[in-house]
Amino acid sequence: MDFDWTVIADALPALLNGARLTILIALAGLVGGLVVGFIAGLMRAYGNTPLSAIAFGYIELIRGTPIVVQVMFIYFALPVLAEVRVNPMTAAITAIVVNAGAYIAEIVRGAFLSVHKGLKEAGLALGLPMWKVLVYVIGPVAFRRMIPPLGNQFIVSLKDTSLFIVIGVGELTRQGQEIMAANFRAVEIWTAVAVLYLIMTGTLTLILRITEKRMRIL
Amino acid sequence: MNVVEFRKVTKAFGRIVVLREVDLNIEAGEVVVLIGPSGSGKSTLLRCINALEQIDGGDLLVDGISVKAGRSQVRVIRQEAGMVFQQFNLFPQMTALENVAFGPRQVRGASKAEATTQAQALLAKVGLADRGHHYPSELSGGQQQRVAIARALAIKPKLMLFDEPTSALDPELRHEVLRVMQSLAEEGMTMIVVTHEMAFARKVGTRLIFMEDGRISVDGNPTTLLSNPENPRLREFLQHVH
Ligand SMILES: Nc1ncnc2c1ncn2[C@@H]1O[C@H](COP(=O)(O)OP(=O)(O)OP(=O)(O)O)[C@@H](O)[C@H]1O
Ligand SMILES: [Mg+2]
Repeated sequence: MDFDWTVIADALPALLNGARLTILIALAGLVGGLVVGFIAGLMRAYGNTPLSAIAFGYIELIRGTPIVVQVMFIYFALPVLAEVRVNPMTAAITAIVVNAGAYIAEIVRGAFLSVHKGLKEAGLALGLPMWKVLVYVIGPVAFRRMIPPLGNQFIVSLKDTSLFIVIGVGELTRQGQEIMAANFRAVEIWTAVAVLYLIMTGTLTLILRITEKRMRIL
Repeated sequence: MNVVEFRKVTKAFGRIVVLREVDLNIEAGEVVVLIGPSGSGKSTLLRCINALEQIDGGDLLVDGISVKAGRSQVRVIRQEAGMVFQQFNLFPQMTALENVAFGPRQVRGASKAEATTQAQALLAKVGLADRGHHYPSELSGGQQQRVAIARALAIKPKLMLFDEPTSALDPELRHEVLRVMQSLAEEGMTMIVVTHEMAFARKVGTRLIFMEDGRISVDGNPTTLLSNPENPRLREFLQHVH
C-alpha cells in the first residue's frame, strides 16, 4: 500500500484540535490530581487514624478499579445518583483528578516517609511546629525524590485521556477514530495519532529531565 | 533555679521500661557528662528533656516548664534546649549559613538580614567562617557537626543537649568538635553530653552521671569518679571505653 501524505494533511487540523483537548484534560486533571494527591498522601503519612483511613479507602477504591469504569461512573451514574449533570469535558477532567490523585498520594506518602527521620527531629528540636517541619524541612527533600515517579504518572495520565473516547470527548484518539470512520485510512491516521502522542509525552519527558538536572537530588 | 528537673520520670517503649523513676536536678552552668552501657537509656533521657520522647510517668521541668504542658509550651522548651545529634541531621537542601539562619527566622521571627548576620558570626565562632556557602554534602563530618552546633546555638538556648556528638566522626576530626564544645562550656553554657570521650568528661565536665538499666547509679565529680571509681560496674565500664 502507499502512504498518502495528503490524508494526514487533511486530517491534521482536526487531530491538532483533539491534541489540544488532550493537553487541556491532562493539564487540568494533573493540577487537580496534584492537589488531591498531596492532601491524601499527607493524610496517609501523618494523619490520625480516621484521616489516614479515609485516604486509604480512597486510594484503594481508585487503584482497584479501571479508569474507564471511573469515568463512566462519573458521567453516567453520578447524574442518576446525585442529580448532577456533568458534561463530558468535566467528567474527563474529574476522572483524571480522582485517578491521578490516588497514585500521586502514594508517591507523596512514599517520598515524605523516605526522608531520614533525623531531619524531622532536627526541625522539631528547633521548636518548629510540625507543619513548618513538613513545609520547610521534609517537603523540599521529599519533593526532589518525587520528580521521577511523578513524571511517570504524568505520562500515564496523559495517555489515559485516550480512554475518554468512551464518553465522547473529542480528544485526540476520538478525533482519529472519527476521521478513520469517514475515510478508512487506518495506517495514515493512526500513525499520525501515535506521533502526536509521542510529541506530547516526549516534551513532557524533556521538561522533567531538565527539572531533575536543575535540582540536586538529596 | 534548676534548668532541668526530673521528678520520678518513667519512660517505656511498649513493655520495655527505659527510664525508671529518674530523679535529677541540673543547675545553670553545669556540664553534665552522661555515660553508661548501650541501651541503658542515655539517649532516651536526653530526648525526654526536649520532648522528642514523651514521658509516661512523673514530671519533667525545663526552665520551670513541664514537658506535659501542651504543644506550644513544648515548643518553648525546645527553643530553650538546643540539641546536637550523633548523625548531625543538617538540612541537606540548605547551605551551612542557611541551616544556621533557619531556626531564628522560623521560630524567633528574625529578619533575613538579622538572621544571616548572626549565623555568619556563629559560623565564625565554630571556625567555619569561610564555609557558609557550602552544602552539608560538601563538608567533612567534623565541619557538619560544628555547623549543627551553630544551628542549635542560633535560637539562643539556655541549655545544650549533645547525644554522642563525636561518635560518627573519625578520631582525627573529633577534637575540632570537642574544642568547640569546650569553649561553649567555658562561656558558662549549661550542657548535658552523652559521650564516651573520657578526656572531655575529666577536663570539661563538672558532673559525671553513670546510667544503668534506666536508673542513675552513680552521680558525682568527674575527676574523683574517673580516678577512683568505687562502683564496680562503673569501674568495669570505664575499662571498656578506655
Ligand atoms: N523508639 C524506640 N522504640 C522502641 N524501643 C526503643 C526506642 N528507642 C529506644 N528504645 C530502647 O530503649 C532502650 C534504651 O535506648 P537508648 O537509646 O536510650 O539507650 P542508650 O543508652 O542511648 O544506648 P546507646 O549507647 O546504644 O546509644 C534500648 O533498649 C532501646 O532498644
Ligand atoms: Mg544513645
